[in-house]
Amino acid sequence: MIKKNNWKAWLYLGPVIILMAVFTFYPLISTIGIAFLKDYNYLTQSSKGFTFENFGVVLGLVGTEYQGTTYYMTDVVKYAIPNTLIIVFVTVPLSTIISLLIAVGLNSIPWFKKIMQTIFFIPYVTNAIAVGMVFAVLFDYQGIINFITGQMGTPWIDLGASQTRAMIALCVYIIWHALPFKILIFLSGLAGIDKQYYDAAKIDCASKFRTLTKITVPLLSPQILYVLITSFIGSFKEYTAVVGLIGRQGTSAGSKNMYTVVYYIYDTIGNNQVQYGSAAAVLLFLVILAFTALQFWVSKKRVYY
Amino acid sequence: MAKKQKEYKPSRRELAYEEHRKSPEYAAIDTKSMTLVIRENETTVAALEKAQKTAKVLSLVLTYLFLGFMALIVIFPFYWMIITSLKSTTEIRASQQTFFPQAVLWSNYVKVFQSFDFVTYLRNTLIVGIISTIGTLITTIFAAFAFARLEFKGRDFLFAVLLATMMIPGEMMVITNYITVANFGWLGNVVGVFTSMIVPFWVSVFYIYLLRQNFKQIPNELYLAAKVDGKSDWSYLWQVMVPLGSPTIISIFILKLMGSWNSYVWPNLVANKQEWRLITNGLRSSFTSTSGEPEYGLQMAATVLVTVPLLLLFIFFRKYIMKGVGRAGIKG
Repeated sequence: MIKKNNWKAWLYLGPVIILMAVFTFYPLISTIGIAFLKDYNYLTQSSKGFTFENFGVVLGLVGTEYQGTTYYMTDVVKYAIPNTLIIVFVTVPLSTIISLLIAVGLNSIPWFKKIMQTIFFIPYVTNAIAVGMVFAVLFDYQGIINFITGQMGTPWIDLGASQTRAMIALCVYIIWHALPFKILIFLSGLAGIDKQYYDAAKIDCASKFRTLTKITVPLLSPQILYVLITSFIGSFKEYTAVVGLIGRQGTSAGSKNMYTVVYYIYDTIGNNQVQYGSAAAVLLFLVILAFTALQFWVSKKRVYY
Repeated sequence: MAKKQKEYKPSRRELAYEEHRKSPEYAAIDTKSMTLVIRENETTVAALEKAQKTAKVLSLVLTYLFLGFMALIVIFPFYWMIITSLKSTTEIRASQQTFFPQAVLWSNYVKVFQSFDFVTYLRNTLIVGIISTIGTLITTIFAAFAFARLEFKGRDFLFAVLLATMMIPGEMMVITNYITVANFGWLGNVVGVFTSMIVPFWVSVFYIYLLRQNFKQIPNELYLAAKVDGKSDWSYLWQVMVPLGSPTIISIFILKLMGSWNSYVWPNLVANKQEWRLITNGLRSSFTSTSGEPEYGLQMAATVLVTVPLLLLFIFFRKYIMKGVGRAGIKG
C-alpha cells in the first residue's frame, strides 16, 4: 500500500543533509586533516606539508623553535589534562550519587513533591556563565562562604588563590549545575518502576538501603547509564564553567593552571595555532570515543533492561 | 474390594479438650481482652509495630531534612544574586556579611541600564534566538517526518549516522567552522556575523530524534485514511502530524530558545564587535576588570536581568520544558 517514495524523502531531508554536510561532516574530516599539517595558517590556508609533530607539541614532547630557542608547550600536560580528569572523575560520580539520592527522596515523600521537583529543576534553566558569576561572588575572598566557614580573606578563585582551592570551587559549581538534569532523568525512570517490587521488598522486611541497592539501582540502570555517558562526555568538554566562575586561564597572572582541554582548544583559534587545537581535539575525540565504548561494554554486563 | 472403613475414634487428648470446652471455666474466659504475646527477643507485637512506625516517621523526617537542605543549597545562589544586586560595594566587601541589604540600592539597576548595553544585547539575542529556532523547527519537522513516515533506501543507516554524530564533541567542528565562516566572508559585517550565528545551528539531531519518536506514535491508520481521502504527504504532515506533535514541538521551541539565550562559545568567537554581542558575552565582559576590583553589585544586577527572562519562561512553560528534557532518559 505504501509505496517507496525515495526522491520525496530526500527532498524532506535536504535541508538537514546540506547543513550537516557543511557544518558537521566536512569540519570533522577537515579538522582531522588540519591536525596533520605543519605550521598551518588558517588566514592564508597555507602549510608546510604533512606532519605528526602537532600531537607531540600538544603533549609537550616536541619543541617549537622561535628565534633560535626551542620552547616546550607544557600547559596541556601540566594543567589541561589533569584538570579535565579531576573534573570528570570528581564531579560525575558525586553529582550522580547526590541526584540519585534526591530523586529517590523526592519519589518517596507524600507532601510538597511538585514544588520540590520544581525547585530542584531551576538550575537547569539558568545561564552557565551568569550563575558562574554568582558563584564567583559566593566564593569571593570576602564572600559568604568564607564568612560562614570563618576564613575571611583566603582566596578561592581570586588572583593568588591556590590551584587546589580553585578546583574545589569549580567542582562545587559544576556539581550544583549538573544536578537538575540528572534528577529529572532519574525521576522519569523511577516513575516507570513497578510498585510490586517494593511491596515484595516490604514483605521480606528488606531495609531501605537494601531496597535502594538491590531494587532501585538495578531497575534504574538504563537511566544511570544514559546519565553517566552524557555527563562523562560533557565534563570531558568542560569550558564554560571555568569561564563563568573564574573568567581567566589561571589563579595568578599569566598562569594557565585553570586550563581544561577545551579551553586550550579555543585559545588556539585566537592565537592562530589551530593545527595544535585540531590535534588536541582529535585526541579528545579519541578519548571520549574509547570511554563511551568502555561504558557500553560494561553496561552489557551491568544494565538490566 | 473395598476395605471396611474404620470408625473414627477420638484420642484421649481430644476428648479432654472437648470436656474442657464444655466446662464453665472455659465459658468464663474473656477472649476479647486477651493479648497474644509472642516472645522473641523480649519484644511484643505492639512494640514491634510501634518501632516500625517510629522508623517510618524517622526516615520520612530524615528524607525531608535532606531534601530541604539540598533545596536550600540549590536556591541559595539565586537569593544571594538578588541580595547582592541591591547592595553597595562597601557592604558586599564588608567583613561582616549581611543576609539582607542594610540599604536597598535600586540605583545598581539604573547604572546597569546606563553602562551595560542591555537593550542591544537583548535585541541581538532575540534576533539570533528566534530565527535559529524557527529554522531548526522547519528542518526538524521535515527530517522527523521523513524518518518516521516515509520509506526510502538507507533510512535506518542514515538515522544511525545522524545519531552517531551526537557522540562527536562539538569542538571537533568549531575550528573548521570558524575557518569556513571566515572564508565565506561572514566575519566583520553585520549580516555575515548574524548569519554565522544562526545558520550553523539550524540542525539539531537530538530534536530530530525527539520528534521522530513522537511522530512514530501516530497510528498508521490515520495516514492510510488521509491517503484514501486523496491528501498529499505535505498536507498530511501539516494538518495531522504537526498538530498531534505540537507538545513536543513547543518543547523543542522553548529549549532551543533557551539554548540561544545561553550560547557563549561560538558567538564569542564570531561576534567581534561590541554592538554584535549576545547577552551572555556582554555579561561576561562587563563590570569585571574596570579597576581591578569587580563591581559585584552592578555585575549581579546585570546577572539578574539575564536570569529573570529564563525563569519567567520556565514558570510559564514548566510542563513543556520538564517533559522535553525528561523524555531524553526514557529510552535509555
